[in-house]
Amino acid sequence: MIATIRLQAEAFDVGAEVEKLTRGRTDIGAVVTFTGICRADEAGEPIAALTLEHYPGMAEAEIARHVEEANARWPLLGVTVIHRHGRIAPGENIVLVVTASSHREAAFAAAAFLMDYLKTRAPFWKQVEQASGRIWVEAKATDDAAAERWSAPPPRRDAAK
Amino acid sequence: MKLLYFAWVRERIGKAEEEVEPPSAIATVGDLVAWLTKRGEGYAYAFENPKIIRAAIDKNHVRADARIAGAGEIAFFPPMTGG
Repeated sequence: MIATIRLQAEAFDVGAEVEKLTRGRTDIGAVVTFTGICRADEAGEPIAALTLEHYPGMAEAEIARHVEEANARWPLLGVTVIHRHGRIAPGENIVLVVTASSHREAAFAAAAFLMDYLKTRAPFWKQVEQASGRIWVEAKATDDAAAERWSAPPPRRDAAK
Repeated sequence: MKLLYFAWVRERIGKAEEEVEPPSAIATVGDLVAWLTKRGEGYAYAFENPKIIRAAIDKNHVRADARIAGAGEIAFFPPMTGG
């Protein structure tokens, strides 16, 4: 399994990342991408931008741990995770998860698993700029619940390439 | 040991990192939070609701009962909101 994990301030190109992961490969039958995008509102209030703070070193390590966990649960052929930090304006990309497998089930499930854990376990914090000032975004109980659903015993792993 | 603070924990304490030498009776992450709370108003504000504070020892998530002996770096931060 080829894993790419990048934290960066710069924007990323979703199509280019998929192309990098699949170029020259004929064993990959399914690619799922998830892109998280900065909305222009938070909790019903307009925002000018958000700023993502992270814990350098731990953020990469934590994402790598979950990529390994995903690879142990599903027969993956490739994973790319890119998470931006710094100031991000509405409409810009924040995070990208790409999962590749022979078949769609593993790619869909692994992408959902990785995003649920990124939300609740990767050390990133969002602050939004609103008319009333700069506000730290509060963690959502629904995100914890989404990550919790993966703590049931993992499905049996099929023969992976 | 080195302590790191992130997001509003960092803002309330007023610094991103510091070196501290807690007394030997401070054995766990929870003990450390209680000890830090007494260091000033900013600390008390940052840790006013210790149940929601997350901690990591040497870049691994830990719970409040984790022992701090041998830790190189301990980080405190709010629940995460990335992705």
